[in-house]
Amino acid sequence: MSLLNVEHLELRYGLLEAVRDFSLSVDEGETVALVGANGAGKTTLLRAIAGAHRPSGGRIAFDGVDVTRVRAHRRVQVGIALVPEGRRLFSALTVEENLLVAAQRSRPGRWTVDTVIEAFPLLERLRHQRAATLSGGEQQATAIGRALIANPRLLLLDEVSLGLAPGAVDAVYRSLTTVIAEGATIILVEQDLTRAMSVADRVVCMLEGRIALEGARGQLSREQITEAYFGLRRAQAVDA
Amino acid sequence: MTWVNDVVQGILLGGFYGLLACGLALMFGLMRIINLAHGDLAVLGAYLIYLLLQHWHVSPFLGLLPVLPVMLGLGYLLQRTILERSLRSGLLVPLLTTFGLSIVIQNLLQQGFSPDVQSLGASAGGIATASWQITSQLSISAIGALTLGVAVLIFGGLQLYLSRTASGRRMRATAQDPDTAELVGIDSRAVYARATAIAVAIAAIGGMFLAIRSTFYPYSGPTYLIFAFEAVVIGGLGSSLWGTLAGGIVLGVAQTIGGQINPEYPVLAGHLVFLLVLLSPRGGLLNLRRAMA
Repeated sequence: MSLLNVEHLELRYGLLEAVRDFSLSVDEGETVALVGANGAGKTTLLRAIAGAHRPSGGRIAFDGVDVTRVRAHRRVQVGIALVPEGRRLFSALTVEENLLVAAQRSRPGRWTVDTVIEAFPLLERLRHQRAATLSGGEQQATAIGRALIANPRLLLLDEVSLGLAPGAVDAVYRSLTTVIAEGATIILVEQDLTRAMSVADRVVCMLEGRIALEGARGQLSREQITEAYFGLRRAQAVDA
Repeated sequence: MTWVNDVVQGILLGGFYGLLACGLALMFGLMRIINLAHGDLAVLGAYLIYLLLQHWHVSPFLGLLPVLPVMLGLGYLLQRTILERSLRSGLLVPLLTTFGLSIVIQNLLQQGFSPDVQSLGASAGGIATASWQITSQLSISAIGALTLGVAVLIFGGLQLYLSRTASGRRMRATAQDPDTAELVGIDSRAVYARATAIAVAIAAIGGMFLAIRSTFYPYSGPTYLIFAFEAVVIGGLGSSLWGTLAGGIVLGVAQTIGGQINPEYPVLAGHLVFLLVLLSPRGGLLNLRRAMA
C-alpha cells in the first residue's frame, strides 16, 4: 500500500487554479522529485500535503487515512513534515530553540536535538545563536533538522538548494543522501534537475498544475524532462 | 525636590499603567489583536472581587485568588469561541469584535451592579493610604510601591515563561510566524487561547489595583484602555515586554510632571507624549503600520 495517495486534488488561490486534478501515489521509502517551471504548482502541492493549504477538491490520504481536512500541526504528529521554501526559521529564536519547538510534538524516533546536531555538525557551534544571524546554508541545515526532529514518515522538501552557495548545496545533499539511505520517504521540489535526479527514484514533472511527465529516474532522459518542463510534450507516464 | 517627587510618583503610577498594559501588549505582540475590551475586562475583574467581598469580608488581595482562575477560564473561552473566528477574517474584524465585547461587558456590569461608583480602597485596609515620608517633599505610597513591585514581578515572570519554558518558546514561535508554527507541530489556536487567558488574568490583577487606588463603575474601562494602549505604543507595540512597562512609566511620569506644571494638564501631558512617540521617525506609527501589515 502507498504511504501517500493524492487523488484528483484541486488547489486554488481565489479564482486562480494552481493545481488541477492532480493524482500521485508515493510508496514507503521512495524518493520522488517534483520538477517544473515557476508557477507550475509544486510548492502549493507540497503545502497542501503538509496541511498549510486547504484543497478546494480531491483527497489526500496518508497511510490509508484521509487527512484532507486535518490541520497542519496534526499532520506533523502523524508523520508529515515540510521544509518550506525560504526556510522560514523562527529568526528570533536560537538554533536550539528552533529545534526544540519542533521536538515538543514529535513522534518517537531516532531524531532528537542531539542526533540532528550530530548529523549537521556545523550546527554545534551555532546552537545558541539566533537563527536570523545564520548564513543560508546554516539556515537550511537548521530547517532540515527542524523537520527531521519530528521523526516524519514523509519528508517534504521545497527548494532546499535555492539561494545557497554551491558548497552549501553539496553539504545539504550529502546529508539528504544519508537520510534517504536510512529509508526515509521523500518528496523533493527542486529547480536543479541534475541534483533532483541524483537522489530521486521517480521524477514527476508538473506544468500548469498538472502532471506533464512521470517516470522512474532511469527511464527518463534529460531531454524528455526538459521538453515537459517547458510544455513542449503532452502529458504522459513512463512505466517503471 | 518637588520635581524629584513628581518623577517618583510618575514611576509608581507607571507601574500601574504597565500592569494594565501587560495583557494588551501580550495579545497584540502575539496575535496582532488590539483588544478594545481590555479595560472592561480589568473592570470586570474588579467587580468580581467586589462581589466576593460583599459575601466574605476579606482583603481584595485574598479576593483576587479565586477570581484569577475564573478570569483565566474566561480568557481561554473568549479566544476559543469569539476571537479565534474573528482572527480568520482579517485585521478589522477582531477590532470590531472586541469593541462589541466592550459594550456587552459594560452593559452587563451596569445591569448587574448598577451605575454606582465603587471602590475597594476601604476594604484593602491601611495599605491603601499608607506612605513612607522620605523627605518633607518626597513620599512613597505603599499601594504605589506594591503596584510597581507586582508589575515588575509579573513582567519578569512572563519574560521567564516566554524565554525558559517549552510553552513560552511555542508562544514566541507562533508570534513570529503562526503558519510555520503549525508546520512544525504547534497548535497555534491553543497557543492563542493560552495567551488570551494569561492576558485576561493579568487584566484582572490590574483591575484590582485600579479598584484599590481609585474608583470604578461599569463604564470606566475605556478610560484605562486608553492609558494601557498608550503605554503599549510608547513601549514598542508589544515587541518587548519590558518596553511596555517602560512605556507605562514614561506615561506616568509625563502625567505627574504635566500635573505639576498645571493641575489640569496631567492627562493631556500623557497624550502629548504618546502623540510625540507616535509621530517620531522611529516611533509607534511606523511600527504600528509595520506590525499591522
